[in-house]
Amino acid sequence: MTILYYKTQVQPISDQCSSLPARSLRLLVIWAAIFLSGLLQGVSYADYDYIDITNPFLRKMPLAVQPFKLSERLPQNEKAAVEAAGLISETLEFTGYFEIINPEAFLVDVHNPPIIRPNIEFANWTGIGAELLVTGGLHVRNGLVEVELRLFDTFKQQLLVGKKYRALPRDLRRVVRRFCSAILFNLTGSRGYFDSDIAFISNGSGKKEVFICDFDGFNPRQFTKNRAITLFPAWSSDRKWIAYTAFNAGKPNLYIKSVTRKRGYLLDKKGINTNPAWVPGRFELAATLSFSGDQEIYLLTGTGKIIKRLTHRRGIDVSPTWSPDGKKMAFVSKRSGSPQIYIMTVASGAVERLTFEGRYNTQPDWSPKGDRIAYTAMRGGQSDIFTIGLDSSDPVKMTENSGDNEAPSWAPDGSLIAFSSTREGPSRIYVMTAYGTDQRRLLSMPGEQSSPAWSSNGIYTKVLSGS
Amino acid sequence: MRKKFWIHLALLLVIPGLLFTASCAKKTVKSDMSATTAEEQRQTEEAATQAQQEREQQAAAEASAQIAEETAQRDMMIQKNMFESESVYFEFDSSALSPVAQGVLTGKADYLRDNPGSQVIIEGHCDERGTPEYNLALGDRRAESAKNFLVNMGIDSSRFTTVSYGEENPVDAGHGEEAWAKNRRAKFLIE
Repeated sequence: MTILYYKTQVQPISDQCSSLPARSLRLLVIWAAIFLSGLLQGVSYADYDYIDITNPFLRKMPLAVQPFKLSERLPQNEKAAVEAAGLISETLEFTGYFEIINPEAFLVDVHNPPIIRPNIEFANWTGIGAELLVTGGLHVRNGLVEVELRLFDTFKQQLLVGKKYRALPRDLRRVVRRFCSAILFNLTGSRGYFDSDIAFISNGSGKKEVFICDFDGFNPRQFTKNRAITLFPAWSSDRKWIAYTAFNAGKPNLYIKSVTRKRGYLLDKKGINTNPAWVPGRFELAATLSFSGDQEIYLLTGTGKIIKRLTHRRGIDVSPTWSPDGKKMAFVSKRSGSPQIYIMTVASGAVERLTFEGRYNTQPDWSPKGDRIAYTAMRGGQSDIFTIGLDSSDPVKMTENSGDNEAPSWAPDGSLIAFSSTREGPSRIYVMTAYGTDQRRLLSMPGEQSSPAWSSNGIYTKVLSGS
Repeated sequence: MRKKFWIHLALLLVIPGLLFTASCAKKTVKSDMSATTAEEQRQTEEAATQAQQEREQQAAAEASAQIAEETAQRDMMIQKNMFESESVYFEFDSSALSPVAQGVLTGKADYLRDNPGSQVIIEGHCDERGTPEYNLALGDRRAESAKNFLVNMGIDSSRFTTVSYGEENPVDAGHGEEAWAKNRRAKFLIE
């Protein structure tokens, strides 16, 4: 039996509840160990060409998730096993990289499937077209679930990822996400976004308010209870803060609110105070203020104090978004007569125009990979999402003939884009790959949803939010 | 008013009555006084008639003054309602004031000069097209554009507060040019 990375979370239950910081530190250490061991062994994703990086979503990898092997056939174990296998399929399918093979095609004994080499009959899997195989074993002891999870390359008959987790039954979803993250890291070199959240606006409670859900639409919860129009949520890159615009005082003011504590700051200058965008890695943000009588973008401290004015042209300047290194800022300006996207080098103040096609290009969002900017273009009264290279080359239309599509927001690894669409009538949140494929609705909620904002994939709130 | 009128009327009837009885008493003493008495009576009646006329005129004047005041108040209400209900409309993605818009604003400037105590909120609104971030800025420009016109007409800028609602508060929830045209507006409210 070979397990590349053997990981345990052996600890008393009481410890799990009471000492979260210690636990997070331990997790960090474990992650670091895994990462280092990966480096030492020569990172496996570099050795194989599993994912075509030019368009990894064009050819999906056929993957089978075998039913779990159980140590004891108890009803609660079977329930947990079915749930875990289902979650793995859903989570991997969400990435857009995999085609999940229907379990009805499986040729194994589902009641006692082999989960390790050399017992696995790989021909049974290659025979049904599965190039990748996930096997799982589940064992419940002292109220804790022990899960063994492995990813195999069926043609090479090789173990790619092997992990063992011990967790409370209610943490099964987190275990699955962590394993999927390891799979993605093995195959793509990216950690993915399985610990990220998406903030968005919903008016289901009457007024527009900020809500937050997990990256896959799971567990939506209301974040603001302003009972007033609330718009444009934006995460700080450490996910500790969300800034947004709200009409609590009858006009658009900027609120900076702690995600985890009852703390916050307010910017309520004359005119509009809106459209926050946090500088990556800093407690600073850009926002549009109009107290001067003109809508200009300013750099603010995280507490809402003006550091400096960034734009200096008469006319509308809005919608800042930062390059991953925080050195450049894309934004929308009407300086040429119609709203277009520009890129400013902050240190020099030099500005270059990015978009030239059409007369209404807004809502830029800079990819966390740094190479492209997503934006919303209106042509003939219809809004659609585009991405474009930083040198204005290669604008690609991502949505078409599907209502109005707006507000693109990149996943933290740059592989997916969340956006809002009226393709089914009311505005809802959807997700697609960075190449425009696999467009699907993220969640179902009363009212209309808009303005998705994808958080970073930081470990910080993974621990604090629990579940 | 009515009570006063009855008192006057009663006095009008009683006073000549008293005079009449007095003159009757005199009649027994001097018989040649009858002509004088008749003359006196005539004069008294004339004076009474004149007094009544004067009173009627006064009442009429008072009534018309009241009506005028009420009319003025009603006119003011109408003007205020018109000031608040008449919005200024814009072209798509524009905060420029059309000649029609400038005409409406000139009327508003007249109103504001006639009502120097009033404070005004100017709301800037957009139609649903385009994106909400940009539209919040555009609504801000529309409200500012209307305000600047009024300030240039000599109205003190301290009397205005502008609020942009962007595309968040349409007056017509429809989707189409008819609804959009109504929604691209600067709306006026008196505080």
